[in-house]
Amino acid sequence: MAVPTLPGPEAASGPAAPAPRRRPSAAARRRSLLPHLVLWVGVLAALFPFYWSVVMATNTTRDIFSTPPKLVPGTHLLENISNVFARIDFFGALANTAVVAVVTTVLVLTLDSLAAFAFAKFEFPGRRVLFGLLLLLFMLPAQLSLIPQFLIMRELGWIGQIQALVVPALANAFGVFWMRQYMSTSVPDEVLDASRLDGCGFFRQWWHVAVPTARPGLAFLAIYTFVASWNDYVWPLIVLVNPQVQTLQTSLAQLNVAFGTDYSMVMAGALMAIIPIMAAFLFLSRWFVADGTAGAVK
Amino acid sequence: MTLTAPSGAAGPGAAAASAGRGRKKRLIRPARTGGSQQRLGPVYLAITPFFALFGVFVLVPVVFSIWLSFQKYSVLGGIGGSEFVGLRNFEFLVQDATFRRAIVNSLLIWVLGTFPMLAMALVVAAMINSVTKLKSFYRLAYFLPNVTSIVAVTLFFGALFSEQFGLINQALEGLGLSGVPWLTDPWAMKVVVATLITWQWCGYNAILYLAGMQAIPGEVYEAAALDGAGPVRQFWSITLPLLRPVVLFTTVISTITTLQTFTEPQVLFGSNTAVNPNSGGPGQGALTMVLYFYQQAFNNNDYGYGAAIAMGVFAVVLVFVVINFRLARTGDDR
Repeated sequence: MAVPTLPGPEAASGPAAPAPRRRPSAAARRRSLLPHLVLWVGVLAALFPFYWSVVMATNTTRDIFSTPPKLVPGTHLLENISNVFARIDFFGALANTAVVAVVTTVLVLTLDSLAAFAFAKFEFPGRRVLFGLLLLLFMLPAQLSLIPQFLIMRELGWIGQIQALVVPALANAFGVFWMRQYMSTSVPDEVLDASRLDGCGFFRQWWHVAVPTARPGLAFLAIYTFVASWNDYVWPLIVLVNPQVQTLQTSLAQLNVAFGTDYSMVMAGALMAIIPIMAAFLFLSRWFVADGTAGAVK
Repeated sequence: MTLTAPSGAAGPGAAAASAGRGRKKRLIRPARTGGSQQRLGPVYLAITPFFALFGVFVLVPVVFSIWLSFQKYSVLGGIGGSEFVGLRNFEFLVQDATFRRAIVNSLLIWVLGTFPMLAMALVVAAMINSVTKLKSFYRLAYFLPNVTSIVAVTLFFGALFSEQFGLINQALEGLGLSGVPWLTDPWAMKVVVATLITWQWCGYNAILYLAGMQAIPGEVYEAAALDGAGPVRQFWSITLPLLRPVVLFTTVISTITTLQTFTEPQVLFGSNTAVNPNSGGPGQGALTMVLYFYQQAFNNNDYGYGAAIAMGVFAVVLVFVVINFRLARTGDDR
């Protein structure tokens, strides 16, 4: 599972943290070149598999496997892509994946921030017990509940349908835990007090104060949930028994099982499956630098 | 990498946990006399949807799973047709040679895939911390493998390590060496899975370390520099000791997730013995604990034994997490 992580609310203002002061000198500049060299080796290692998959997806399998192999992108991309379309219902899988990821993310943000706001800022009977229960079960491994979850889905008649991917994913203790931690420091009590004096009830405080100030925390939870949902493999593998209803991950795996020898086509499919999530990640990553609490309390 | 589907890793938990501390919390208490205080009805209303779902899809399943592990569950009979068998599933589990093999495989993949990866992450973080230019570019580039789906990553690496024509063996042969049977040799298979894990998680852990390093005040380094400590000495004497909580956190999380490796071997080697006799790799060399769980529960529909395996996996993971904490405490005493 992909777990994007970024510094918490306090570390979010990281760039402002004091960096060791530098007196630029010739020796210092020479010394600062070495880290860049090491880092570039790592960057190449991190990015090479992407490059190589582009090379494979744009050539034919035969060209890649010739000796010496082709090492630069070729001209067969469209051919490979149309082979993917001929063999799996790519757009059906893409639509399923996107709908599941978007609906899951919106619902997780809503439900988790509501519950988290209650835990972060309000005292109520049962608060400690409920939160303790949440943390305890959060630590148990997922496969401990997979079989019963599957049996529940069967009782509900949801096997093979995409709501089976959305609804269980909403019971995500991580989101409540994360948002509670975030809101308890970032949502200012002064503003909550003021809004209460103005007659705001719980839900209006949540919507008008907590949600706007916790926006960076919510952005993090959004990208975390979206990526996890988009990339999930195990659960769709278990519940999507109908070959007509698949997600990108399961249909990619099926493509590999059935036509795995055509590496170029499989790579074209894999690339198409990761492009949307890469775009979403790069687009949302700018949210992490924003500091939502700035200016709320003067 | 793991089966910890949506509720899995506690990635930002470290940052979140530290964020919670330090500031005195003030909670809004329930109304006694009305006025501007809070009524409790809406508060309970706010937590109800989440806890209803949590009860149905987490709490009930966990209890149900424990019950299942004492049953012989017949697929045809459904829940009513299951039969209480006492500890028979667990008796079978401790004698199951395949499960034992799966434990050994998982432990080897854990050793190969966790410790070199964390060491590299530490180096990467120290390097990013020391440069002034391109910082955010490096963070993004190193993080990109982590948002890529494990299925896609596994397909990328499956092609790179392909035995006959893969780039790696072609390169080895080009250098006059012999190719390695990456996907059939029991050791090479584990190296491939560990490489996948390393590639995908190194940057993630480096970013966590970097956040920890940026929290270390610059004055500490300046004082050390005045005392004549060079960069290497500063790393060992300041950075590493002050980073210990983050190192412990990443070690625990990596241990939990790597011991539950599933997707990589499932996509590379399959799980269903009815379809593929080499499921889990030739000689079951890459059959991990969770892959075996999946095979028994969902390929063979043996839910009772599957539930017992899930408990066994949990026990193994717990033992190694406790060992992690013990080692960390031993270090504290010195």
